[in-house]
Amino acid sequence: MATAQPGLWKRHEIFEKNSIILLIGALIVVAIGGLVEITPLFYLKSTVEAVEGVRPYTPLELAGRNIYIREGCYLCHSQMVRPMRDEIERYGHFSLAAESMYDHPFQWGSKRTGPDLARVGGKYSDQWHREHLIDPRAVVPASIMPAYGFLDRPLDADAIADDLKANRALGVPYTDEMIALARTDLKAQLDPDGSGAAELQRRYPGATIRDFGGDKTKAAEIDALIAYLQVLGTMVDFKIYEDKKNLR
Amino acid sequence: MADTANPGTPPAGPETTGHEWDGIAEYNNPLPRWWLYGLYATIIWAFGYWIAYPAWPLVSGYTGGLLGYSQRATVLGEVAAVRRERDARGQAQLASAAVAEIRADPALLRLALATGKAAFGDNCAGCHGSAATGRQGYPNLQDDEWLWGGTAEAIERTIRFGARSGHGEAHVGDMPAFGRDGILTRAEVEAVASYVLSLSGKPGVAGAKPDKGAEVFAGNCAGCHGEAGKGNPEMGAPNLSDAIWLYGSAPEQVVATVTNGRKGVMPAWEGRLDPATIKSLAVYVHSLGGGK
Repeated sequence: MATAQPGLWKRHEIFEKNSIILLIGALIVVAIGGLVEITPLFYLKSTVEAVEGVRPYTPLELAGRNIYIREGCYLCHSQMVRPMRDEIERYGHFSLAAESMYDHPFQWGSKRTGPDLARVGGKYSDQWHREHLIDPRAVVPASIMPAYGFLDRPLDADAIADDLKANRALGVPYTDEMIALARTDLKAQLDPDGSGAAELQRRYPGATIRDFGGDKTKAAEIDALIAYLQVLGTMVDFKIYEDKKNLR
Repeated sequence: MADTANPGTPPAGPETTGHEWDGIAEYNNPLPRWWLYGLYATIIWAFGYWIAYPAWPLVSGYTGGLLGYSQRATVLGEVAAVRRERDARGQAQLASAAVAEIRADPALLRLALATGKAAFGDNCAGCHGSAATGRQGYPNLQDDEWLWGGTAEAIERTIRFGARSGHGEAHVGDMPAFGRDGILTRAEVEAVASYVLSLSGKPGVAGAKPDKGAEVFAGNCAGCHGEAGKGNPEMGAPNLSDAIWLYGSAPEQVVATVTNGRKGVMPAWEGRLDPATIKSLAVYVHSLGGGK
């Protein structure tokens, strides 16, 4: 039996013989990597570009986003146009970090069984989305997307104000007014002629107010989902966006 | 320990680390040389990488690296390079020429048709179908009925700004919900639907009075669809006297159209597609068979 040689390189015996010390040691080593790689992203301004136009989601869009997450749309659809030429040619300008800065959690995804949806807003009519969600094969014969016909049921938005509050806790700049009037705003977005439309527009500049192909008096899940899909990728006006200037 | 050792074990084995747990020791074999040198090489490579590429976060920025590499700058350069190449092959002329000039120049026309066909599959086929034959609610682009005009120029305009798309210059036409909004009674709706169907020799709603329908038509529909129901592309009002029915020609479908109105939406493509692509699409769609 050989005896241990003294010296720094022989001191690992303490880690090998004590699992808790080994665990703490491993934690420290991994934490250093994490701290160096992740922490700067929180304080460096260059992480998120300076852009105009990106606003928090309206209550209806947020409700639609919740349905998007609930139904697992992210399992087949990504929401990030990557900075590669073929992607830019197919989907448009590459996605900016600023475009998902109010997404908690972000929906970038990495699996593309279906197409990327980062810039799907405005590409199809509301009616198309409705027909496509209810029966994808009715409009795209070769589609393998499941049918979501059940989404025409009423939207349960009782907790929407809490959703806004939770998002505010994560850094989304929802005001007290927005939270207090979340349910009113949710209904107001379906009715362009309604009394709440102007107020909604003031709180959420650029919000699209229309019935999204449904009944403006009753919010259905599919209305909220379409409102969300139609806003994706439309907040930044790329006619005035300059890559060099905005890249900090 | 020699007397308790397994007789098959050589008495003097390789060097051990000196650790021993319950009588089990650990060999201290050196790492394979190729592996060890590979590890050292990657460490040296890392230092080179730190210097050459963006790497270390600082207080208000990060080290940019001697090569000045940026993924975004790279891809924007690639996009610009391919645009230059395409412009050299005629794309620049597509962007600056009017659609009539494109159609008059065989080389430009060939390029526009190829560009248009590819762009159609990516952007238009979702609604109009990959063969451009449309479906209920989405116009067939192969026939010669055009809601908003069938000249190449009119098609270009429709693609650029869309219909009821929300764009400031979009086509806007409003087929009122005659039944739902109480403008016409149920009997009048059925009568006018039957009259409209009779224009193309189709059977109307059972028991309805087409004669009464003619009266209702003159008072409510002729303003947009014309006195003879021939339609008006200024308003997006379709020709009602032909065999083409965007929302179906069954009596109950026509009744539904008159009752609830129709507001088909075509998105605006200006801004989403570049001018050369939009013109190519207009030329391509115009070429499909029904262009005027």
